[in-house]
Amino acid sequence: MGTIMTDMTQFLEPLIPALRRYARALLRDRTAADDLVQDCLERAIAHWSQRRAGGDARSWVFTILHNLAMTELKRKAARSSDVNFESVEAELPAPPSQEDGLRYRELLGALAALPQDQRAVVLLVSVEDLSYADAAKVLGIPLGTVMSRLSRAREKLFKSVNEHSAGPAEQSHLRRVK
Amino acid sequence: MNSRPITEDDLNAFVDRRLDPGRQAEVAAYLDAHPEVAKRIEGYARQRDQLRTLLRPIADEPIPPELNVRRLVELQERPSRSNWWAAAAAAIVLTVFSGASGWMLRGMSEPPLQGVASLGHEAVDNYAVYTPDRLHPVELRAVASNELVDWVSQRLGRRVEIPNLEASGYRFMGGRVVATPHGPAALFMYDNDHGVRLVMLSRPMAVDQGAPMQPVSQGDVSGFSWAAKGMGYSLVGPADSQTLHPIADEVRRQVSSAA
Repeated sequence: MGTIMTDMTQFLEPLIPALRRYARALLRDRTAADDLVQDCLERAIAHWSQRRAGGDARSWVFTILHNLAMTELKRKAARSSDVNFESVEAELPAPPSQEDGLRYRELLGALAALPQDQRAVVLLVSVEDLSYADAAKVLGIPLGTVMSRLSRAREKLFKSVNEHSAGPAEQSHLRRVK
Repeated sequence: MNSRPITEDDLNAFVDRRLDPGRQAEVAAYLDAHPEVAKRIEGYARQRDQLRTLLRPIADEPIPPELNVRRLVELQERPSRSNWWAAAAAAIVLTVFSGASGWMLRGMSEPPLQGVASLGHEAVDNYAVYTPDRLHPVELRAVASNELVDWVSQRLGRRVEIPNLEASGYRFMGGRVVATPHGPAALFMYDNDHGVRLVMLSRPMAVDQGAPMQPVSQGDVSGFSWAAKGMGYSLVGPADSQTLHPIADEVRRQVSSAA
């Protein structure tokens, strides 16, 4: 039991920061997200023998979390269907500086406005650094669907932020890009 | 470069740096030649970096204690909420089974218990079944004492009073009618501030219509049984006999003055 305890701790602990980030970005509710991560860890511990070996183990845990998050979002959607932009600002961290504030708020608003399945792809690929193949496993969809959702999501994010803040802000982005 | 056209998938993989170096160079060359596409792809890359910057602080937060893996593993080693019913069912089956085997052994080795001795074991058996019950330790609660008294008095065929053990530190929880080999009995349950529960069992006696107080002990449960004026009484609990004896005396005093 001692070795399994050590294995589980050594494997699961380093994943927790990323799991919390993914859950909170999807749910936009700190408490609900951490509850979900706890639920996910409990399931990973209970089904420890079913984990896949090697690099797949990370996507195994993300799969558990993603499925729990989708169930939770469906439950929430049943109660209220509107996207709450206020909670985006309340629950996600403050932007690093004042001048970036507007741009970040817009990006978060645009992310929140994406359909859930597109938002999940963007978060897994862009933020959590999952490979396209691992993202496909987590979401239970073919690789081609991952690519098309990613493409649509990025196009929407780009359009919605640039439509609202064309001009000086955009100039400053371009100067930053190498 | 002229052999494979650039796809949207290539452009996204370029943003995520997932292309092999050869293809990466081909896409870079394509973007140099197509400023409109390049502007969009630069925007994708910029937003990708912004999202990472924006969400990084969540991953940097200290992990709350609820997410301590070691603790979660330890919690699962104990029976969880979902396992509780299975554990409770197993406990009851074990009690019934050990009770049954006890009866069989008793039948082979010694004559069946009668009178106050039998009553004491009936009290212990009912104590084992009902006091661990978290949902329904009693059928009628203390607030319904009048109803309880009417019910058990009607089933036992004589007036039964509920002893008050507040002075001994035990509150009345409630009670129910239970089965014994000698017919229905009244079960009254009490508890104290530490969650210690006591059971008093009472039924009419065919044998031992009047009998002095005698100890009963079975496993971790002990107590005292006696009979007076055709009614038998047994008070049992997990406490040692030195603690229970004065409480049994108090019960006897109250029921004899009421009768």
